[in-house]
Amino acid sequence: MLTELLISTLTQGLIYALISFGVYITYSILDFPDLGVDGTFPLGAAVTAVLLTNGVNAWLTLPLAMSAGAAAGFFTGVVHVKLGVRNLLAGIITMTALFSINLQIAGSNLTVPRDIDTIFTSGPVMAVFGNMNTMGRKLVVSLVVVIVVKLALDAYFRTKSGLLLRAVGNNPGLVTTLAKDCGSVKLLGLVVSNALVALGGCIVCHEQRSFSATMGTGQLVYGLAAVIIGISILNFYAASPAARALRNRKALRWLAVPAGTTAVIFGSILYKLCVQAALSAGLPANMMKLITAALFLLVLVLSGRKGEAIIHA
Amino acid sequence: MLEVEKITKIYNPGTVMEQKLFQDFSLVVEEGQFIAIVGGNGSGKTSLLNIICGTIPIESGDVRIDGESIVKRKDYQRYANMGRVYQDPSAGVCPDLTMLENLSLADNKGKPFNLTRAVNRSRIKFYQEQLQALGLGLEDKMDVKMGSLSGGQRQAVSLLMASMTPLRFLILDEHTAALDPKTAEVIMVLTNKIIREKGLTAMMVTHNLRHAAEYGDRILMMHQGTIVLDRSGEEKKKTSMEDILLMFNRISTQ
Repeated sequence: MLTELLISTLTQGLIYALISFGVYITYSILDFPDLGVDGTFPLGAAVTAVLLTNGVNAWLTLPLAMSAGAAAGFFTGVVHVKLGVRNLLAGIITMTALFSINLQIAGSNLTVPRDIDTIFTSGPVMAVFGNMNTMGRKLVVSLVVVIVVKLALDAYFRTKSGLLLRAVGNNPGLVTTLAKDCGSVKLLGLVVSNALVALGGCIVCHEQRSFSATMGTGQLVYGLAAVIIGISILNFYAASPAARALRNRKALRWLAVPAGTTAVIFGSILYKLCVQAALSAGLPANMMKLITAALFLLVLVLSGRKGEAIIHA
Repeated sequence: MLEVEKITKIYNPGTVMEQKLFQDFSLVVEEGQFIAIVGGNGSGKTSLLNIICGTIPIESGDVRIDGESIVKRKDYQRYANMGRVYQDPSAGVCPDLTMLENLSLADNKGKPFNLTRAVNRSRIKFYQEQLQALGLGLEDKMDVKMGSLSGGQRQAVSLLMASMTPLRFLILDEHTAALDPKTAEVIMVLTNKIIREKGLTAMMVTHNLRHAAEYGDRILMMHQGTIVLDRSGEEKKKTSMEDILLMFNRISTQ
């Protein structure tokens, strides 16, 4: 029973790490608290639910949901960069608009019937992991998806485009003197971020076989908490004697300074574990968002980042 | 040739805070000229640089390069053949990125920032040679984050980054003001070397009157949005730091 709970929490943590990757790009790299996440997450789920119920191949829903998310991110970017609306408000506009759009796409809250294959029950997965039980399969597939996305992101951050994205968050003035428009770079960051968040929504829809209009509430807070926990652990670890010892060994140096994306995965899992622990301690499921908010506040205070970046961004 | 023609700059127009800085202000900068600009606070030195770079808009007038107006061009477009170093040593680099990543960024100016690898390993030797020439021992710090270097080291790298790719104009905004006297000297010598070797047209705002007297082909002193002293050629060479100081004291007591 406890093992099952742990496996399902771990799976949840992994899937929701996808959202945290998106938040990592906007909040941590670009210093842009994108509230649009609360709309893009259910958008990914809505698109996926409709496509699945219409018999579209399960794996095809991933790029399609990501495209929808990318479009939403592009909209937020245009509102902020081209129309000059403040970043927080630009996200709120997208989030609010998406609530209706998501319902338009899905019609209403939608359930994916049992006889339709999701990525967890699709042919190729069953061929390889068919002998595992459903829970184990979900964990393995989620892990593979998250690792693939993580490696792709790490590779992207090492490209010229990725380096410019990091530079915009770090010192926009410098990027201007490099004759590059910071606005376009931010726009690109929002597109990538929201595509990832929608991918998170897509996988969640596969996992729970449903879309609900309110499933986006609090997702940005979740993503932020995961990112801040992850980065705090990363900083703590990087300053530890263990990491220092590893730094002196050439072959193991990569272990001394883990990528931000790795930190975010751990942050996400840890946060899900905390929420699950609170629920297991007897708090009713209706209290979930309250627990999420309370834990986020705790994380902010403990990490010393009381959201100054959010307010002044 | 860079021309600033009859520009008017008003801060907070239409409010009680309205302040007219420039009115019909004009300046012609010859190709390859190195101008040192001095003047008190609020004299319009930095505003002039900001207007040329497109950081702040003007109410009327024109800014031209080779006769072509650049007033309508966005700031980032103007930097295509312009480099700039600021007073704050952190402003010219990305503190959270490593030295190698910073240099790679600067090295790619003018080329597309696409999905190819950001760091070109074959360029490392070139970067190290450039850093070695600074004599600050930075060539071994390729993987160090820029934020952990000293102000002087960062400013030296900023200068290197601003002038790494081919450019025509170098804008220096009190770029030695935040440094200790010894480091300021090192940076100033380096600045002069880069400007002369690359034949750049440079505008340097400075509070260091000795630097203004010693370096550059032309000196401008500004006061309340006007040029009160403009010397070049032989006349500039004869101008000593004492002359500038005398003039400076006269205008500031008026």
